[in-house]
Amino acid sequence: MQIYRAHVLICGGTGCTSSGSIGLMDEFEKCIKEANIENEIKIVKTGCFGLCAEGPIVVIYPEGCMYCRVTKEDIKEIVEEHLVKGRIVKRLLEGADAPEVDTSAEQTDFFKKQYRIALRNCGKINPESIEEYIAEEGYMALGKVLTEMTPEQVIQTILDSELRGRGGAGFPTGRKWEFARRSVSDQKFVCCNADEGDPGAFMDRSILEGDPHVVLEAMAIAGYAIGADKGYIYVRAEYPIAVQRLKTAIKQAKEYGLLGDNIFGTDFSFDIELVLGAGAFVCGEETALMTSIEGMRGEPRPRPPFPAVKGLWQQPTILNNVETYANIPVIINNGPEWFKQIGTEKSRGTKVFAVGGKIKNTGLVEIPMGTTLREVVYEIGGGIPGDKKFKAAQTGGPSGGCIPASLIDTPIDYDSLIKIGSMMGSGGLIVMDEDTCMVDIAKFFLEFTVEESCGKCPPCRIGTKRMYDILEKITNGNGELSDIDDLYELAEGIQSSALCGLGQTSPNPILSTLQYFKDEYIAHVVEKRCPAGVCKSLLRYRIIADKCRGCSLCARHCPTNCISGEIKKPYVIDESKCIKCGVCMEKCKFDAVVRE
Amino acid sequence: MGSSSCSCSVADEKLLKLQKIIEENRNKKGALIHVLHEAQTIYGYLPIEVQKVVAEGMGVPLAEVYGVVTFYAQFSLKPKGQYKISVCLGTACYVKGANLVLEKLEEELGISVGDCTDDLRFSLEGCRCIGACGLAPVITINEDVYGRLSPNDVPDILAKYKE
Ligand SMILES: Cc1cc2nc3c(=O)[nH]c(=O)nc-3n(C[C@H](O)[C@H](O)[C@H](O)COP(=O)(O)O)c2cc1C
Ligand code: SF4
Ligand code: SF4
Ligand code: FES
Repeated sequence: MQIYRAHVLICGGTGCTSSGSIGLMDEFEKCIKEANIENEIKIVKTGCFGLCAEGPIVVIYPEGCMYCRVTKEDIKEIVEEHLVKGRIVKRLLEGADAPEVDTSAEQTDFFKKQYRIALRNCGKINPESIEEYIAEEGYMALGKVLTEMTPEQVIQTILDSELRGRGGAGFPTGRKWEFARRSVSDQKFVCCNADEGDPGAFMDRSILEGDPHVVLEAMAIAGYAIGADKGYIYVRAEYPIAVQRLKTAIKQAKEYGLLGDNIFGTDFSFDIELVLGAGAFVCGEETALMTSIEGMRGEPRPRPPFPAVKGLWQQPTILNNVETYANIPVIINNGPEWFKQIGTEKSRGTKVFAVGGKIKNTGLVEIPMGTTLREVVYEIGGGIPGDKKFKAAQTGGPSGGCIPASLIDTPIDYDSLIKIGSMMGSGGLIVMDEDTCMVDIAKFFLEFTVEESCGKCPPCRIGTKRMYDILEKITNGNGELSDIDDLYELAEGIQSSALCGLGQTSPNPILSTLQYFKDEYIAHVVEKRCPAGVCKSLLRYRIIADKCRGCSLCARHCPTNCISGEIKKPYVIDESKCIKCGVCMEKCKFDAVVRE
Repeated sequence: MGSSSCSCSVADEKLLKLQKIIEENRNKKGALIHVLHEAQTIYGYLPIEVQKVVAEGMGVPLAEVYGVVTFYAQFSLKPKGQYKISVCLGTACYVKGANLVLEKLEEELGISVGDCTDDLRFSLEGCRCIGACGLAPVITINEDVYGRLSPNDVPDILAKYKE
């Protein structure tokens, strides 16, 4: 094996590919060749590093320094300065504007508080190379399980680790496996939920793109534990890079004899098939997912029978989330006691969050359970851009709720979040500032559930639409106080009578915003005012006569010609024709236009 | 599919391709969605004629095929534009003003979301998180991704696809 003096890691995840990382590869190759050091430097296309907002990202080892927002033009300098002369290009480092810049990425605020288990290989290895995965102890856990452990011991290890499912509900993974092991059948299945439906989350995608083999290895371990020889990965068709890498990984694992017949020379055989979803959020629900794999409309089925008894094609089946699987091999290798040291009493280990919205460092972070929201927002996330105030964070997507500023010291774990009316969910964490309207956000999530309700049961099909209509009425300025009571009543009815989790949890965004931001609802309903200045129907644009110099700039740009006046005299807006586009305010050079 | 510009041989070629795929999958359990994905890749969308071919070939009732096609958002009964514009309306993008970008696109293209321009050049739709939240708000035009957008960027981006 060739020894290289330095490694150049270029992120090939979705975020960085979108900001142009693939073009960088060729440029690096060219410049490295020109400098005549192509035998000393290895270029690797990796998965996501996590700091997507600063992409495209390039990391150079052995220093471990991370260059951000790298453009083609920067590469010559990086090669000549860093790779040839050993001088780090400081202006491209993360946080380069700070007086003291750390040259090693691990020392920056973004990474310091993180603890990477599920993401341990993301951004470190080439996801298209099984050798690199094996070099990081890959498939060692599978080998150990097949040659040294009984299926019961495997299940006991997972039980002892107290690992809980990372797909949302937090069900103990070992218990699920135990149920399926006890079900008697000559055909059982292992499924992986890679449908990632939360509309603001992408950690499963990053694991699939950055470390696909970990999922394959864990599924094979699960297969051995419950007695299954066939696995399915149900993956969103909207994730083309992930699909491609999974296909490559499955092919490589088969070539190496790590999937297929008689793995490690034992009598255990296991095969994995990919199934592409087709864009239906409800298919993330376990029974709907199985119906969809069967090729039908992905509608949920009543439980019981639970999938561990009767799942896919009526056979005992387990379903786990991508991130849950990503924890399995390390637990086998390092032991349950090691895993239990991380996190809290009831929530062991770490959780990956896709942090987005009004925050400086958007991206993927993996933190020990029990880390507070404040640490995530201000230390890892770098705070809110533009001196704005933190207003709330939303977790759990359309099933979850908001955490207001007053509860920013809440530790992030399954039970603390439930207690304050939110939930862990699959890992979306959206930060909102004072410019976000909480009624509008509730409406946003309800619009999502209305669209995604499969329509099988009336409480969800009709009830979510009714709740949405009420929110629409309130944001349009036609709300009455009785509407708020109606929302509570509908919410209660839907929670208790919908068939599946989608319907049952659909009122959560409304309930939690009502709990913490009721005054904002009241402002919309009673004062016909949107405090955050978001709901258009409740906004008014007005020209302050004292400030207006009569330059006519606003009038010339107004799309509906509803501003009139005479040059050098104050102009006025005809509100009946105003469509509230805001152009006048943006154009005015004298701050004479106000929104209220 | 009686479009005057498409000659019979092209239509036949597509049909042959589809029939081959049906042949390969006919006896596989649960393969209907996979076959529909492939059919949509071949034809660009799934008009009722194509659904009939799939139904007959796979030996399932047309009603079931139609039921599946209309259940999943990825399948389309209408043709798409040469350039398919998708505006991410995921949470991260929404919070960062994706709806303003969408409004600007509607205004510039003169169509509303879900429609296609008369010259079949552009179609416009909303989509869920594409996993590039770090760059929010994000739109995609076919394979190209544009991030960190403001409504003012829209005209320049569209201009690239207008020649
Ligand atoms: C409407 C709905 C959507 C869901 N979407 C997902 C999803 O996208 N990804 C996921 O892993 N779990 C999702 N779940 C949770 C799954 O039903 C299931 O609990 C989970 O995949 C089990 O894996 P775990 O125990 O490893 O978390 C969803 C549940 C519901 C009710
Ligand atoms: S709760 Fe909604 S999504 Fe779930 S089965 Fe009922 S209608 Fe379908
Ligand atoms: S907000 Fe728009 S429509 Fe209204 S006055 Fe200003 S420019 Fe004209
Ligand atoms: S919410 Fe738009 S890319 Fe994630």
